[in-house]
Amino acid sequence: MSTTTGKAAESAKVQAGPGTAKSPAAGPKGSPRRRKPSLGMQNMAGWLFSTPFLVLFLVFMAVPIIATLVMSFTDFGLRNVTHPLDANFIGFENYTKLFSDEKFLKSLFNTAYFVVIGVPLTIFLGLIVAVLLNNGIDRARTFFRVGFYAPVVTTIVAVAVVWRFVLDPSDGLVAGLFSEVGLTAPDFLGSEKLAMPSMIAMAVWRNVGTVMVLFIAGLQAIPTEVREAARLDGAGIWQEFRGITIPLLRPTMLYATVITTIGYLNVFEEPFVMTQGGPSDSTLTVSLNMYREGFNFFHMGYASAMAYVLFVVIMGITVLQLRLLKDNTK
Amino acid sequence: MSATNAPGAVSTAPSKKPGKSERGTGRKDSGREPRSWKRIFVYVLLSLGLLVMSAPFLWMALSSFKTTSELTASPPVWIPTEWTLDNFRELLDKLDLPLYFMNSVIVAVLVTVSNLVFCSMLGYALAKLKFVGRNKIFGVVLGALMVPGNLMLLPLFVLMSKLQLIDSYAGLVLPFAAGAFGVFLMRQFMQSIPDELLEAARMDGAGEWYIFWRIVMPLVKPALATLSIFTFLGSWNNFVWPLIATNDPDKYTLPVALATFATDPNKAGGSNGMLMAGSFLIVLPVLVVFIALQRHFTQGIATAGMK
Repeated sequence: MSTTTGKAAESAKVQAGPGTAKSPAAGPKGSPRRRKPSLGMQNMAGWLFSTPFLVLFLVFMAVPIIATLVMSFTDFGLRNVTHPLDANFIGFENYTKLFSDEKFLKSLFNTAYFVVIGVPLTIFLGLIVAVLLNNGIDRARTFFRVGFYAPVVTTIVAVAVVWRFVLDPSDGLVAGLFSEVGLTAPDFLGSEKLAMPSMIAMAVWRNVGTVMVLFIAGLQAIPTEVREAARLDGAGIWQEFRGITIPLLRPTMLYATVITTIGYLNVFEEPFVMTQGGPSDSTLTVSLNMYREGFNFFHMGYASAMAYVLFVVIMGITVLQLRLLKDNTK
Repeated sequence: MSATNAPGAVSTAPSKKPGKSERGTGRKDSGREPRSWKRIFVYVLLSLGLLVMSAPFLWMALSSFKTTSELTASPPVWIPTEWTLDNFRELLDKLDLPLYFMNSVIVAVLVTVSNLVFCSMLGYALAKLKFVGRNKIFGVVLGALMVPGNLMLLPLFVLMSKLQLIDSYAGLVLPFAAGAFGVFLMRQFMQSIPDELLEAARMDGAGEWYIFWRIVMPLVKPALATLSIFTFLGSWNNFVWPLIATNDPDKYTLPVALATFATDPNKAGGSNGMLMAGSFLIVLPVLVVFIALQRHFTQGIATAGMK
């Protein structure tokens, strides 16, 4: 068996010379007798190879996405989990209710707050770390990269539990730092004003690594000649950064911004574990609100409407970001 | 705007000498030699950053070995004076951690294996097979990448209840059995395999399945490694769906068990020390695996990001 593979590989190397270097897509041109049947076979094989994924995709993604939309126009409740078809169609009622629901509006505001402060901070710090790692040092680079990326891979629930204690006003790490300089730490997670900023701090801490890795890849894609040239031309660090690094990193910046924004718009675990949405709903995010309405109170139709509003917001913002940031490059 | 300056700079570069640089301070050493104070400054900055990054982990590790009195001391004790394993003992008494650990492992292994197989298959088809509808399927994959998971939760719960798969491994695994990210990653890697190699095998009479298993899969082992790590960790760290899809504590995965314990409203759950010990036990294997295989992580992220 393996010998045939070897032979196939070898003959490929031999044939891969200039003669066969044409794209096989040009089927009809090169030796039609052999290629044509193989194209028919490929058609079938293509679909056979795609089927398992497509079936799973259809059952566990496509159908649920549509079902959420349908459910959002019904009064789907606990009873309907066993009898889905008994749910009543109520038109846009869930949606109109959403926009007079103070709790929902608050969760929308909280999520926006989280994104508007959290995303720029994450991108900015990730960029700084990447630039420092890429230009400033040559030793221990891996060591630092691993250190900054470590929070990304850790279990968010465990990390959120840890942060709860780090921020504990009496016996937490931060309280310790405050007392070292003779101050009393505020009750970060217990205060309506400070709970969300604390959560943002944690999110930034956790996600800086992802952005950093993206920027490092982006920086390494910038040809060194461009940099050297700028230096020889007398560009200072700042000029080089503004004139070369930033413009050439735009695609990376765009990608990093989009994925960070999408991630933050869906924020769930942090408030679930750290504050359960409190105090006074100050950290209730849309996702947490949806989870509660759906799985604690079983207002599943209402929760579905929430899910769709969030989805539309996410799509809208993503498209907007793609537009805005792309146009800037021109 | 300033982007247009960059290419211009390239062409004028060779004629100038380093001495012209304002920042050169007359050094003519070969290569780039940033002045040492600058380098020290960068190291100091990065070390401070790293300290902030690792502080919560250090706090977690130290706290899990503290006695109750030191855990609740105010102002807090930094380093335990009396190291104790009581937190771990108490935790293992109250929580059946081995069971949750096994649940997490079983689910993560199943999810990983099925992703490796199904995503590679579709990745191969998209990268190397010409067939009608290929572009449409790729469009579906790209679309699936962008849909937030929250959008599916409610009907998935109803579906799993109907299928009586709540509290089963199947219920935990199936929704994650094949992800769009995996397809995307595998397609990227498989595209770099020369078509001639596959054509030659076809000439020799090899079937597509044979080519896929015997030629393509061995060639993309690094990609498979990257995908395994990402999928395994994704499943290990996953929280929302296992939270919804399990009611029976015997089927909890580690994060669900920990969160249930940590957010127990009547606080009968446990002390800070136990929660720190629990977090420590969940995070430690992940960190060890990550440090051992960190190259694959950064590569995977970069590949997905660069397109």
